Amino acid sequence: MDHLDKLENQSIFILREAHKKFKKLAMLWSIGKDSNVLLWLARKAFFGHVPIPLVHIDTSYKIPEMIEFRDRYAKEWGLNLIVGQNKQALTEGMNHTRGRINCCTALKTAGLQQIMEQYDYKGLILGIRRDEESTRAKERVFSPRDKNFEWDFKDQPPELWDQFKTDFDENTHIRIHPLLHWTELNVWEYIRREKIPVVSLYFSKNGKRYRSLGCAPCTFPIDSKASTVDEIIAELKAGKTSERAGRAQDQEDTYAMQKLRTKGYM
Amino acid sequence: METLKIVMVGHVDHGKSTLVGRLLHETGFIPESKLKHVQKVCEDQGKGFEFAFLLDALEEERDQGITIDVSQMFFKTRKRNVVIIDAPGHKEFLKNMVSGASNADVAFLLIDAEEGIQEQTQRHAYLLSLLGIGQIAVVVNKMDLVDYSEEVFNKTREVYGKYLESIQVKPAAFIPISATRGENVMTRSRKMPWYAGPSILEILDGFSTRDDRSKAPFRFPVQDVYKFDKRRILAGRVESGAAAVGDEVLFLPSGKSTKIRTVEKWNPPQSVGGQASPAPKRAAAGESVGFTMEEQVFVERGDIGCLFSDRPLVSDRFQANLFWMGTKHLQKGGRYILKIATQEIECVVESILKVIDSSTLEEISRNAHEVAKNEVAELILTTKKPIAFDTFDRIPETGRFVIVSDHDVRGGGIILKKVEHFSAI
Repeated sequence: MDHLDKLENQSIFILREAHKKFKKLAMLWSIGKDSNVLLWLARKAFFGHVPIPLVHIDTSYKIPEMIEFRDRYAKEWGLNLIVGQNKQALTEGMNHTRGRINCCTALKTAGLQQIMEQYDYKGLILGIRRDEESTRAKERVFSPRDKNFEWDFKDQPPELWDQFKTDFDENTHIRIHPLLHWTELNVWEYIRREKIPVVSLYFSKNGKRYRSLGCAPCTFPIDSKASTVDEIIAELKAGKTSERAGRAQDQEDTYAMQKLRTKGYM
Repeated sequence: METLKIVMVGHVDHGKSTLVGRLLHETGFIPESKLKHVQKVCEDQGKGFEFAFLLDALEEERDQGITIDVSQMFFKTRKRNVVIIDAPGHKEFLKNMVSGASNADVAFLLIDAEEGIQEQTQRHAYLLSLLGIGQIAVVVNKMDLVDYSEEVFNKTREVYGKYLESIQVKPAAFIPISATRGENVMTRSRKMPWYAGPSILEILDGFSTRDDRSKAPFRFPVQDVYKFDKRRILAGRVESGAAAVGDEVLFLPSGKSTKIRTVEKWNPPQSVGGQASPAPKRAAAGESVGFTMEEQVFVERGDIGCLFSDRPLVSDRFQANLFWMGTKHLQKGGRYILKIATQEIECVVESILKVIDSSTLEEISRNAHEVAKNEVAELILTTKKPIAFDTFDRIPETGRFVIVSDHDVRGGGIILKKVEHFSAI
């Protein structure tokens, strides 16, 4: 069993625990590479089926290729896709010029909160990883959020021997993170091995490519000549810049991600 | 390339996060943007570069200079990938330390050369032995503060060595280092010519990852039963051993048995001209798989599949060692939820044979009525119905359990033996 097999087996175990323990369960699909890997792992865990609805929070500022990709594979793989959007905030003119943290909180966090309430989801599967960013490095696999959607990072429940937190109070929910133990490099190695489709924005055009995908106004491509999965893997092995360097909201404040994530950001 | 998981434990402020930060920096696994970011935070706070801030990312952690919760970071040596788990050393966050350490292959136990052995230095070692982590290196840090004194190092080694011996922990090495100065971290230090042992990085490559569990007896805790299509699939992870198509599997505690018909794994439909990969015939430890069976016996989550030749124990009563993390005391006669492998069942604390202080190992009481936070107890648990399990020393995967109360895991334990009814204890 190589390291990718080990990661895959552990993620499948987590997905099956989530499916067994949560009747009201959804998976967040950002259309990025990680959530595509997550979706692929779900197909493995459930033997070709995806018995969990996929939620996409559309901020209206996503890059058009992402939406095309979403609609194509939702149809091809027979997915139950639910699209959420904070229409009120958009009507009131919310955008990144009103402060990136405010914008992320309104369009992503509140948008997600609305969908969670509407469908009464108690479990939400997300493709975040520990190596992405320092507050995510401190996450649990099954991570509770209180009734205000908040993360109490100072008092997280113990998690040992794959016995996860599957009991919770009314009005709270659990975030489930099956990719927490993967690295960016693992994700690309797995995409290569399994031939998982990803949005073309990840591949270099005219010397630039996206390393992490988000909203158009706050996500910038990096300088790169990597135009194939193999070249991306080689670039990652050689490089030293951080994955989220092209995500403007992270740099807004020293503790931007802590502030965003405490309030329920992904 | 294999992956080794190491955890840093030890008393608060003995330099765990600093050592991790140093290792990541020296192996070149800190992105430049992050280095710059930490540099700026340190300047704002008016201090020199803090390696610990590379991990202690929370505002509260940096302000107070302590680690609150476990971080996991990644780096690579010439030999392997390393996941490094930085655990908090403060007593208040022991549950976080246990969460981090329970996943590790190897532990580095840090001791401040100047401050010496403290409460958590001892407690953490004891918890590691309870968690079944056998590969341990003791790191005597901050040697720069004691002028790299061989005498101080030897004294620490002598005293702590005795303590470890008393709990049957055999450390692979004692290593004198300075994490802030980088002495004996990557290469041997010139400041301590009297030391002939390995550096941190050298010993890291000498440890082994968890043993191959596929030769152990077959244990398949059923996680779920799927009927998405015409197949009825028993899904789960093989926790130890292996089984193949045609093997007769016995499910306990239900007692049903039948032969494996197929081993199920999903592979994407092949593109035109591609070869479909053949269906697997065997599944071994660590694999999340599915089985279809010859006969449609009624099996459900919690049953453990085994071979007739080597079965788990079945009982509604067992003796165990338990580490308690709950703020509310564990009560004799109290009802809790027991989770062991995929089984989940109500249990009662029948008796608390003894309670010990998990740091000093002093016996606090016998025939006790309760167990307080951070104490360890030897106790007898009775489950509502018989369950299948193993003793921890034989098969750890099915010999360890957690206790849930008020929605959260409050205790972790290992099974010592099955207890017969009406027997004198």
